[in-house]
Amino acid sequence: MQFIRAHVLVCGGTGCMSSGSRQVQAGLEDEIARRGLDNEVKVVQTGCHGFCEMGPLMIIYPEGVFYVSVKAEDVPEIVETHLYKGRIIERLLYREPLSQKSIPSYDEINFYKKQRRIILSNCGHINPDEINEYIAAGGYEALGKALTLMTPAAVTEEVKKSGLRGRGGAGFPTGMKWQFARQSPGEKKYVVCNADEGDPGAFMDRSVLEGDPHRVIEGMIICGYAIGADEGYIYVRAEYPLAIKRLRTAIAQAEEMGFLGKDVFGSGFNFALHIKEGAGAFVCGEETALLQSIEGRRGMPRPRPPFPAVSGLWGKPTNINNVETFANIASIIVDGAEKYAEIGTEKSKGTKVFALTGKINNTGLAEVPMGITMREIIYDIGGGIVDGKKFKAVQIGGPSGGCLPEDMLDLTIDYDSLTAAGAMMGSGGLVVMDETTCMVDVAKFFLTFTQSESCGKCTPCREGTKRMLEILTRITNGEGREGDIALLEDLARGIKQTALCGLGQTAPNPVLSTLKYFRHEYEAHIKDHVCPAGACSNLTGYTITDDCRGCGMCKKVCPVGAIAGEIKERHVIKHKVCIKCGACEGKCPFKAIRKGA
Amino acid sequence: MKSLEELKKLREKLQSDTKLRAADGIKVIVGMGTCGIAAGAREVMAALMEEVKKRGLAGVVFQQTGCIGMCEKEVLVDIILPGAPRITYGNVRPSDAGRLVAEHVINGQIVKDLVVAKSV
Amino acid sequence: MDNDMVNVTIDGRKVSVHKSASVLNAANKAGAKVPTLCYHPELRPEGACRVCVVEVEGSRTLVASCVYPVSEGMIVRTNTDAVRHARRSVVELMLANHPPDCLVCVRNKNCELQKVAAELGLREIRFDGEKKKHPLDANNPSLVRDNEKCILCGRCVRVCSERQGVHVYSFTRRGFGTVVSPAFDAGLDEAACTYCGQCSVVCPTAAITEKDDAEAVWKAISDPTKHVIIQTAPSVRVALGETQGLAPGAIVTGKMVAALRRMGFDKVFDTNFSADLTIMEEGSEFIHRLKNGGKLPMVTSCSPGWVNLAEMFYPDLLEHLSTAKSPQQMFGAVAKTYYAEKSGIDPKNIVSVSAMPCTAKKAEAVRPQMRSSGYQDVDIVITTRELGRMIKEAGIDFAQIEEEEFDAPMGIGSGAGAIFGATGGVMEAALRTAYELLTGEELKNLDFNDVRGLKGLKEASVNIAGVEVKVAVVNTLGEARQMMERVRAKEAPYHFIEIMACPGGCISGGGQPAPVDGEIRMKRQASIYEIDRCSAVRKSHENPAVKTLYAEWLGQPLGEKAHKLLHTHYHAQHRGI
Repeated sequence: MQFIRAHVLVCGGTGCMSSGSRQVQAGLEDEIARRGLDNEVKVVQTGCHGFCEMGPLMIIYPEGVFYVSVKAEDVPEIVETHLYKGRIIERLLYREPLSQKSIPSYDEINFYKKQRRIILSNCGHINPDEINEYIAAGGYEALGKALTLMTPAAVTEEVKKSGLRGRGGAGFPTGMKWQFARQSPGEKKYVVCNADEGDPGAFMDRSVLEGDPHRVIEGMIICGYAIGADEGYIYVRAEYPLAIKRLRTAIAQAEEMGFLGKDVFGSGFNFALHIKEGAGAFVCGEETALLQSIEGRRGMPRPRPPFPAVSGLWGKPTNINNVETFANIASIIVDGAEKYAEIGTEKSKGTKVFALTGKINNTGLAEVPMGITMREIIYDIGGGIVDGKKFKAVQIGGPSGGCLPEDMLDLTIDYDSLTAAGAMMGSGGLVVMDETTCMVDVAKFFLTFTQSESCGKCTPCREGTKRMLEILTRITNGEGREGDIALLEDLARGIKQTALCGLGQTAPNPVLSTLKYFRHEYEAHIKDHVCPAGACSNLTGYTITDDCRGCGMCKKVCPVGAIAGEIKERHVIKHKVCIKCGACEGKCPFKAIRKGA
Repeated sequence: MKSLEELKKLREKLQSDTKLRAADGIKVIVGMGTCGIAAGAREVMAALMEEVKKRGLAGVVFQQTGCIGMCEKEVLVDIILPGAPRITYGNVRPSDAGRLVAEHVINGQIVKDLVVAKSV
Repeated sequence: MDNDMVNVTIDGRKVSVHKSASVLNAANKAGAKVPTLCYHPELRPEGACRVCVVEVEGSRTLVASCVYPVSEGMIVRTNTDAVRHARRSVVELMLANHPPDCLVCVRNKNCELQKVAAELGLREIRFDGEKKKHPLDANNPSLVRDNEKCILCGRCVRVCSERQGVHVYSFTRRGFGTVVSPAFDAGLDEAACTYCGQCSVVCPTAAITEKDDAEAVWKAISDPTKHVIIQTAPSVRVALGETQGLAPGAIVTGKMVAALRRMGFDKVFDTNFSADLTIMEEGSEFIHRLKNGGKLPMVTSCSPGWVNLAEMFYPDLLEHLSTAKSPQQMFGAVAKTYYAEKSGIDPKNIVSVSAMPCTAKKAEAVRPQMRSSGYQDVDIVITTRELGRMIKEAGIDFAQIEEEEFDAPMGIGSGAGAIFGATGGVMEAALRTAYELLTGEELKNLDFNDVRGLKGLKEASVNIAGVEVKVAVVNTLGEARQMMERVRAKEAPYHFIEIMACPGGCISGGGQPAPVDGEIRMKRQASIYEIDRCSAVRKSHENPAVKTLYAEWLGQPLGEKAHKLLHTHYHAQHRGI
């Protein structure tokens, strides 16, 4: 007799797979069979939960117990103790970083508690390779509703009313975009999904594609209906093999069930969906470059206007949205625009998924309502700064974004407030930095990225970011020159004004925002030859703190005479003389010498 | 897929497979401590599951629990209907499964001769 | 009212332009000169260089005027602090990554980058960082690519793909490492390059130039043991003047001849002479094919860029090509045999130079098949541009110089030979001769207007001796490819096809002076037909020098001697990927 009384959900996202979830799952299936429980317990592979740092992750139902960092060696105990005897294994539970309290249930963990999961609601909870699980979770109801009860115009209107804005970066109103494509004359139109996620550290699109591919597909089909397109492309980077595999499975299943193909829901509407694998150029996330790439050309942006809504893929009207944007559509259609618009701020509706990384305790994906503060994300969801260090800045929006300082922590997050603050929503990368991070170095990191990913087409981006990078490099090497800041600002403004595409126009943002909020760090590098964070190795100066009693030990041990000071008075290090050997630090009996300024 | 109705029917059918991931069903909890297992808890649970399956009941969730200190009354089985108190039955044997399912799970009638405790 | 027009305000002045116009077009119409670099009037605009930025009211950023479409009521400012500063910054960034060797650069004073920098008043380059390093691509006889001078405007990429249909170039790599190159960084000798040289004509800097063979010419001239002769192609005389500051299309035949004598050439001959010879052979070949069921359509073979294209892309169709050599090569073969014999000069001491509108001619001269005299038939090929520079080097005041005549006998050419320089000319010359040879009657109207003009494809039908001869004339390799696809599919209902690799034919060949645009091309073309019109002899078979050559020495067209010296064969080239 088969009676399934328990489901063991093993995360099969890319993160958990690389930390060993495949072995855990295989071991689990063997052990369950060995104990004769295979008629009672079902093992389900799910997509990503967005908490990859703690992976491999496992949820056991009906209790809903959440186990983290599960190893293959833990499997016999899980089967014996939990599945056979029904007892929770304490040591595999998640512990809150601050309270050290272990928490058995998913929903009770701070990381998840403050989230509002709409896009990610199925991720980690259903088997992405099984269309039935998506349907059981309410999937394809939106499509059915749109196709059988609504006109294309009404669907477009609903999306407009929802206030949804593009989740790919610039935040253009999605409904408006659909309307442009809808009104654009032409028999043949296309829907394109931008899944060329490329911001360093961002992986929300991958998680959605791996964990809930049908949600994106459903959004695309609805869009096709709304704008009058019968064909769509998902442009997904080849570096996402698992996402591609799951998408292929999902498309095949949707075709088999008749959600894709001819006469969907008996409405006469046809839609075909293709996958196009990208070759790994960051710039192909820019919509016109992406279209070039689908067409088989080198991914280089083309001038707009004409916009893709007028002349897109192969010159046909085309609507392009990113993965997360499409993933919003189903809930807007099912629950209605008004309900959707209850979440968020006046001009930024719904939720946004952020990829939390950096010097923070809980890294991972956080889906939060628009209007939440940065502080809530970093401290409540993210669990604060690692090792109790001091927060310094948060870089938001990837290479196009900017760095915000501590006094901006209470900024409510929405498209407009972020742009006003000199950052950007971007794709939602959120890198937290502590006091040991050098802000010039951070700017250099992002400029290195944009420079090497510049398509090379327009002069300002290709040449200008190179010169900015050179200036930043010499500043961090301690060779900064008088006037470098002005030169950086001049270049940055010029590039913003003259670059061809969004990538180029926003490339200077990391420099401009760090100059805005951390100008003193640049000045310290250039004028004092000191890296205040102690991160730039050429400038890792030593300083003497107030704990100095003036014993003179350091002065004696210094091989180059870089320390000055009278006995019983606080000593000082002459940075220009200091060779950073560190001898003084070891000698000081009062621990009054430390690295950094 | 040709209509919304067809989709709804399919969904209802499919939901029985994922229902146990929702926290709102009828709960049957079997004591699975060493004492319980020795008294035949596995067999009791198997019999209860078979009974539920035979009757095609959806949304009945099975859980196990450890020793609660009434070892002499094992096998212990708790049945919780949504919104109702937790009823603990003692000295349950596989042959009692039919009655517990038919009378309590389906009809909400407590099987008095097996009850050992009632709690909220 | 024409509702295809929109009103735009440029710097406070209202202009009305067609709705498909760009802001750049509108600005030009309003008298505002907007600098450009990647923009080329004959290529699809790219908006890549960002030199042409202007302010458009309501726009978040400056916009590239070459690609920005106008709209009703648009307000544009082309001359504000922000615009001037932005343009200067863009050019400064280009120069920061460009060799500072203007004074010794072949494009000095004829460089668009230099010109724009000067006009923008750029006085300082604030960046002293890395400059790109790339090896020279100089392993082919025709073109030299110096990627260190490339500003990545992409004109070469566009001309090669859009116009020529060859697609040799593309952008490769990213960021600062971005470079234009054939696939896998192949040199042009390894890539499927036809050497047509159109890239070198549109290149704004010295990133793509003709291989400079001037020094070899000077060396030969200064060698007293050498007898140095030169032939000048029909189209050189209508473009050379531009290199000397004369108006586009100026006919400078006599000045050119005089200048060449002053430079020290022992004899100054005319390729028009051997163009007539080509007509004799090619025309006879066509008649022979027509009468004897030979391979048709027959396709001309005097454009070496086209021959390269055929050998690389249509190796299965090579039998369609006329076996007659090009005028340059017929001249070379005859010079080192007939002329050597007649003038009593040992051919090994003859240095045969040609002045050509063409970079592919340099490659043609070194083909192994082109040694029928027993020596390399043409020793050195210089383009119009090189000749122009040599005239300056020689200190010749071109504007003042007295006109002189070509030397006999190989300086005698007909009007039919002259029109080889324009698209349709070979066909027209061939028809004039074929008509008279086939019918034995005199042709009343020598002008075949259907095959003249700058259109990519021209078709005509001529009744010759009761046969309706269908001909097609094609220029640019892009059009050539379309035609050959039709030939391959057996959907080209022609007897005879003329193909020229370059737009308009040799008048805007890859070795001609830059810049070239439609207007300049039309002026050069008009001059070519003017030369024909004013010629005493306008049919190849009536050229007295050619008649003498056959009578005294060659025998009959397609005869044994002619076959050996004046015909060639083709073979598939395996280049590219």
